Amino acid sequence: MLKTFLRSTALAVAVAFAPAALVTGAGTMPAFAQSQGGDIVVTYKDDIATLDPAIGYDWQNWSIIKSLYSRLMDYTPGTPDLVPSLAESFTVAPDGLTYTFKLRKGVKFSNGREVVAGDVKYSIERAVDPKTQGPGGGFFGAIVGYDDLVGGTATGLAGIETPDADTVVFKLSRPDATFLHVLAINFASVVPKEAVEAAAGDFGKKPVGSGTFVLKEWVIGQKLVFARNPDYFEKGVPHIDGFTIEIGQEPLVALLRLQRGEVDIAGDGVPPAKFLEMSKSPEFEGMIVDGQQLHTGYVTLNTRIKPLDDVKVRQALNMAINKERIVRIVNGRATPANQPLPPLMPGYDKSYEGYAYDVGKAKALLAEAGYPDGFPTVLYSTNTDPQPRIAQAIQQDLAAVGVKAEIKALAQSNVIAAGGTEGEAPMIWSGGMAWIADFPDPSNFYGPILGCAGAVQGGWNWSWYCNEDLQKQAVAADSLSDPAKKAEREALWGKIFIDIMKDAPWIPIFNERRVVAKSKRMGGADNIYVDPTRVINYDAIFVKP
Amino acid sequence: MAALFLRRIVQAALILLGVAAITFLMLYALPADPAVLLAGRNATPQTVANIRHQLGLDQPLAVQFWHYLVDLVQGDLGRSFNQKTAVAPLIAARLPATLTLMAAGIAIEVVIGLTLGVVAALRRDGFVDRAVMTMSFVGVSTPQFLVALLLLYVFAATLGWFPMSGYGTAAHLVLPAFTLGILGAGWYARVVRSAMIDVLGQDYVRTANAKGLSAPRVVLRHALPNALLPVIAMIGIDIGQFMGGTVVVEAVYGWPGIGQLAWQAIQQVDIPIIMGVTLVSALAIVLGNLFADLVAPLIDPRIRTA
Repeated sequence: MLKTFLRSTALAVAVAFAPAALVTGAGTMPAFAQSQGGDIVVTYKDDIATLDPAIGYDWQNWSIIKSLYSRLMDYTPGTPDLVPSLAESFTVAPDGLTYTFKLRKGVKFSNGREVVAGDVKYSIERAVDPKTQGPGGGFFGAIVGYDDLVGGTATGLAGIETPDADTVVFKLSRPDATFLHVLAINFASVVPKEAVEAAAGDFGKKPVGSGTFVLKEWVIGQKLVFARNPDYFEKGVPHIDGFTIEIGQEPLVALLRLQRGEVDIAGDGVPPAKFLEMSKSPEFEGMIVDGQQLHTGYVTLNTRIKPLDDVKVRQALNMAINKERIVRIVNGRATPANQPLPPLMPGYDKSYEGYAYDVGKAKALLAEAGYPDGFPTVLYSTNTDPQPRIAQAIQQDLAAVGVKAEIKALAQSNVIAAGGTEGEAPMIWSGGMAWIADFPDPSNFYGPILGCAGAVQGGWNWSWYCNEDLQKQAVAADSLSDPAKKAEREALWGKIFIDIMKDAPWIPIFNERRVVAKSKRMGGADNIYVDPTRVINYDAIFVKP
Repeated sequence: MAALFLRRIVQAALILLGVAAITFLMLYALPADPAVLLAGRNATPQTVANIRHQLGLDQPLAVQFWHYLVDLVQGDLGRSFNQKTAVAPLIAARLPATLTLMAAGIAIEVVIGLTLGVVAALRRDGFVDRAVMTMSFVGVSTPQFLVALLLLYVFAATLGWFPMSGYGTAAHLVLPAFTLGILGAGWYARVVRSAMIDVLGQDYVRTANAKGLSAPRVVLRHALPNALLPVIAMIGIDIGQFMGGTVVVEAVYGWPGIGQLAWQAIQQVDIPIIMGVTLVSALAIVLGNLFADLVAPLIDPRIRTA
């Protein structure tokens, strides 16, 4: 027993540190050395909603919260590779039910107090506690005592123990192979209890953490000023001295200011209409970052509405869509998709060919299913550009095989409501709603949107698809928590998604790339401006000397 | 005067209550569930139910509205669903920007509108009159975003005379205020012109001219004050309008006013903020009209006796 324990320990640490070694290797790029210093300006259209890590859950505050706080685990910049962060090392018991973390020594919150194990326990309990009103509690569902805290019969999580100030032990009620990712998401950020209490319900505006940056000033509706944390535990990180986020800046205006050198990063990216012009103009050379993200845009086919309940019909519709043409609608800022997982996600199957675009075959299959003349149906879409135009393209493709789809373009919240109501929406184009995965693990693309648990009232499984057999395989895959079995587990997941495609509950349309515009003085690889786990990685970007 | 004031206050309270009730009902008639939006797609139904309970959204509509009113009377506008912070400070933080832009916009439209209106009336049917009326027609019918983007492109992006976006200095104010002012001036010019033409045809103006008074004195001292009444009423309307309705201008110039706040809140179904901004705008409209009612008698003694 001890032997296995030691072996898994050794492996865990090896797995943990292998990518860390890589960071230093990949981090020092030969072309331009990372220089220290510089203050930069970032713009956004909308307010930063909150900087409370237990509450913030949108793509704008996601990257800022990442840098304000630290977590037990984190990712190598620009990659989906997990590394210990606030943790110095960790071990996973062979049964996958106990995780033991040793904290780094001497890490301090920006209020000067040292981070201890009790802070980790407090922070996660706070994220789960219904009183916090946070959206992320569900991620910690595997920790022993979760139901008691959520149900109100306990005030803490029995499954988090702190034998001493440097050690945190997590006891799980079921194996959860994604648990290390869970400890790297924003909701697991470590916060000091005294600062939360002092803020009296306004911690989101008065954040205190132990991350790479500290909030210096927040002028509501105008700007937020961040300065580097001189005591951050990793030497030489971050590279910039600080950044100012200016709020209320229209994306087009932000680009004009970028051209004049007043702005360094246009956080809202490049509007589709401007993308072609900018990507062709020599003036903008080196200013456009076009990066892959963990995103798939898809059409859900409601498996509980006739005739979409017939697998042949769903397969036929998969063959009817000309995805290349849809990609042109977004000015080529996407890649056609043939499976639910995006290419960056572990488990993505490169060899899978999917359902090729073939109108003849689609018609034949529809005839075989008893619909030689097609059928009428309804396609929901959000009503902001370019989504209705994409829905129209899908509508035309469907018409070519005889399926007459009526488009309902509604506000996002109404589409979400229709999708979560049984028997309501036959087809939904997910554009504008299929956001980036929470963490780079294939299971994140299953549970809520393709698993049985999501096929409920108010759920996000808008195909209302539930394959009991695959559900069992999914549970089995998520029980492989030994870090050494990572590859095996990813292969299992890959197979699950390809099997899902046999049932064809979705028409995967494309994987959208994210386009960010930055000034010429900003250095660093593209993948730290469109980081798969952060969007903008403030820890890694730098100003060229 | 005191009676008028009192009547207005009672009216204002009733109007605000009505606005609150209608906004509240309309927001809750939406099929969108803020709890689902907040919870995100990884949330279990239990998490959604918890959030709904914490926000009080599981209570009957009448109870929710009652709670809202009780808080409102105490000056509490509730807490934002999305930002998890009190709404009143969010609005208060944006009021200075909105008030500044409102005042500057009104000042510009009044100055431009009055000047052009008077000149057009004096040169009635002449070339100047036609030019002014065409300009005001174009101004009245041009969409705000177009003028905003044009001014931005020419004076900020190309010439670089003013900053492109933001808030804080007088230079930041120039373009947004002129966008509002130029467009609004068209209305003022038309109204002032017709009022002036009306007044200039009156007997007492002929008498003043016959007495041998100088033309500027006749126009400024005798005619203009009598033509100002509709302008006062329009300022009252603009006070209300600019308090809630400059979303486009605020968006283009990155002006941190309450229009911007409202626009964001609508997209996020952040009901407490939408309610708060609606009430503040409604209050501004009521106050704007009150202002017009109170100022008009100061300018025109005939209203005082009536």
